[in-house]
Amino acid sequence: MQRTKFILGGLLILAAVVYLIVSSTKASAEYFMTVDEIIAKGDVAVGQSARLSGAVIGDTVKYDSATLELTFDVAHVSGDNNQIEAQGGLAKVLAEAVNDPTRQHISVVYIGPKPDLLRGEAQAIMTGKLGSDGIFYADELLLKCPTKYQEAVPDQAEANN
Amino acid sequence: MLPEFGYGIALVSFLVALYSLITAVYGATRKSTSMVESARRGMLLTFPLISISAATLIYLLVNNHFEVSFVYEVTSRSMPTYLKVTAWWGGQAGSLLFWSWLLAAFTSAVTLRKWERDFEFLPWVIAICSVTLLFFLGMVIFYENPFTRFWLVNGNVEPHMFQPALATVFTPQDGNGLNPLLRHPGMVIHPPMLYLGFVSFVIPYAFAMAALITGRTDDRWIRLTRRWSLWAWLFLSFGLVLGGRWAYDVLGWGGYWGWDPVEIAAFMPWLTGTAFLHSVMIQEKRGLLKHWNMILVILTYALVIFGTFLTRSGVLSSVHAFANSPIGPAFMIFVSSTFITSIALVIYRWPTLHGETEMKSMLSREALFLLNNLLFMSVLVICFWGVMFPLVSELFTGQKVTVGPPFYERATAPIFAALMFLMGVAPLSAWGHSTLKTLGRAMWKSALIALVVTVILFATYTQNIIALIGFFLIALVLLVTAQEFWRGTRARQRAQNENFFTSLTRLMGRNRRRYGGYIIHISMMLMAIGILGIEVFQSSTQGELAQGESLNIAEYTVKYRELASWDDQGKGVNFTRAVVDVYENGIYLGELTPRIDFYFDSQQNMTIPGNRSTFRDDLYIILVDWQPTTAMGATFKIYVNPLVNWLWIGSMLFLLGVIFAAWPDRDPAEETSRRGVTRHASQPSAAD
Repeated sequence: MQRTKFILGGLLILAAVVYLIVSSTKASAEYFMTVDEIIAKGDVAVGQSARLSGAVIGDTVKYDSATLELTFDVAHVSGDNNQIEAQGGLAKVLAEAVNDPTRQHISVVYIGPKPDLLRGEAQAIMTGKLGSDGIFYADELLLKCPTKYQEAVPDQAEANN
Repeated sequence: MLPEFGYGIALVSFLVALYSLITAVYGATRKSTSMVESARRGMLLTFPLISISAATLIYLLVNNHFEVSFVYEVTSRSMPTYLKVTAWWGGQAGSLLFWSWLLAAFTSAVTLRKWERDFEFLPWVIAICSVTLLFFLGMVIFYENPFTRFWLVNGNVEPHMFQPALATVFTPQDGNGLNPLLRHPGMVIHPPMLYLGFVSFVIPYAFAMAALITGRTDDRWIRLTRRWSLWAWLFLSFGLVLGGRWAYDVLGWGGYWGWDPVEIAAFMPWLTGTAFLHSVMIQEKRGLLKHWNMILVILTYALVIFGTFLTRSGVLSSVHAFANSPIGPAFMIFVSSTFITSIALVIYRWPTLHGETEMKSMLSREALFLLNNLLFMSVLVICFWGVMFPLVSELFTGQKVTVGPPFYERATAPIFAALMFLMGVAPLSAWGHSTLKTLGRAMWKSALIALVVTVILFATYTQNIIALIGFFLIALVLLVTAQEFWRGTRARQRAQNENFFTSLTRLMGRNRRRYGGYIIHISMMLMAIGILGIEVFQSSTQGELAQGESLNIAEYTVKYRELASWDDQGKGVNFTRAVVDVYENGIYLGELTPRIDFYFDSQQNMTIPGNRSTFRDDLYIILVDWQPTTAMGATFKIYVNPLVNWLWIGSMLFLLGVIFAAWPDRDPAEETSRRGVTRHASQPSAAD
């Protein structure tokens, strides 16, 4: 009798946790997308929560400090870490993406303080929604910078090549 | 020669650890005391050896030996010496050596204790610790070597450990320097604290495995490692808090916890560790949950290694994962093989781990502790799901889907609320048997006062339903806990005829774990006040100001006075500092100086907020941007974070509570017999 009660209690908790996980996942799932994917999806992607990654194009970064409106373009980079590694690492892939005029671009708008790491050839990971005007409105902006301090080989060495 | 020396010593310590492993296992199976003693001496030798290796690395770091690639990556000439020392754990290779060094230190400490009647555990504890040590030293030696140097080979610079043919050493002029974000004092001690916590959990795991292997599966292993678990938990908790404080002070987004995968990676062993600390009490008092405790300690160990792996491998995109690296597969193999072996051992010993009694009542203390454990496991499952979901969904649907902070907040909030409610109920329950009636009788006063507090808050402070539920639970737990202190003290006062304070201090001194635990519960509630405050009531404003203009938020007025920007060539930093005057309802409170530091070597900004902290709220001002040409205009983002200070106050009290609980007892009167406890089960406050 007691045993049954305990098992029932356990099942109840399990059901509650499963419910919490499923409903919360549904409510807050964000689709990882690359620039190519979101453009290919077009109207279907409008209004859907997405997490977009791309390479920041330095010249396009504009910041209006009166309204805190930050705008910049990102170029397509692969979303697959293994593929990035195979192509010579993040730093190289980002630089190529930014300098390749044939890559697809998308404009991003973000309202808020300008992040410290935002600059050309940074990888931006943005959470937000695609607007019907084709601009990606980001609520959250994360940046990954393959800056100097992560390079295995010093600059002086590259100059020698 | 120094890099070869450091590397050579690391290699020697690897071989010594291997020797310890082999002799320990051999000695245990052959019942040879001298072999086991030899293994113990080997284990003791690893600590000085790794210390020498580490000292070599620190020497190289401090003396600008940029020909060593690790030194080049994490230091630069402009860094002060103390930062060059702490750069030891500022990069992957160094931090793996740091891990090994800590593990060698703890293992040495544990092998030095008097073993006497626990001698049969010794070889297996040594064996488990040396397997772990071998893994981490192996990482250092074979994958992530901090002693690798740059060599000029045919005009190219390549990193190698040993001199390639016809190559000369290449020494860069200056190093890259530590990531400026990591130069904050909080960041200097946050990683070592987390690592201390991670590494000390290896010890309880090693004892658990020793118990399984030797078949001595009573609760001896738990008693032996109780302090270790508490200290491990202390360090891990402190590490988490420091990380939060660092984020609040440095990252300038007005928050302290972002449900970043790496934060979760450190949080998961904390969850199992916390569950473990609670459930071992059930085994000690009632002889129940033996399988469960084994599984918890195994999970904690696996999550510790997994956490190190997540932070270090770059599997998950996160602000913490600084680079991709080849150590991922090695970690995965190690975690899964130790996990499978451990679980296999538990299954093998399953029959000897049966409970000595049965749980009879759903409301007994042991049942409530079990519920507490299930709730902690639920949070763990939610966290694990959140971290693994992108990988899983990609595997099955090809579409990478992720979940952000809203997922965790939504899914865990009800469970945290349930845990808080349990904190209010469980201390009043009795071992063996409680009923709704006995619990109700013990609780109703506290519940009523908590309700009154909530009504007052509703009338005067907030109508937010989540906040009100939260405040009700906080008030309930605080009152119940205070009542426990009061009741215990009064009972003792009557029996011993002492004054109140003598009674209180003696009562607490005699029951360190119980009252330490209550202090921790109180501190958790203070932290909950802070978390509720910032999560529910945070408000913000922003704007571009010319000199003399001001912004209003809540009762505050922030007036922009001036801004200065200057270079400090010695430090390699450009400082831009704004001065603002703060008024509350027109009364001048003082000035704040939010600033932006720009580091030349890494071309990176660091945004340091100006923060005015009171018990009521924090005024948190970020300098966003400035226009040097247009009459020194500047843009600010301002947050008011109500009650957040209680988060930090709670953390301090938390530390005190854990230290109080873990402090060595004067007399080892802990071996209370289990039968005696059961008999007094109807008197909850005297039961512990």
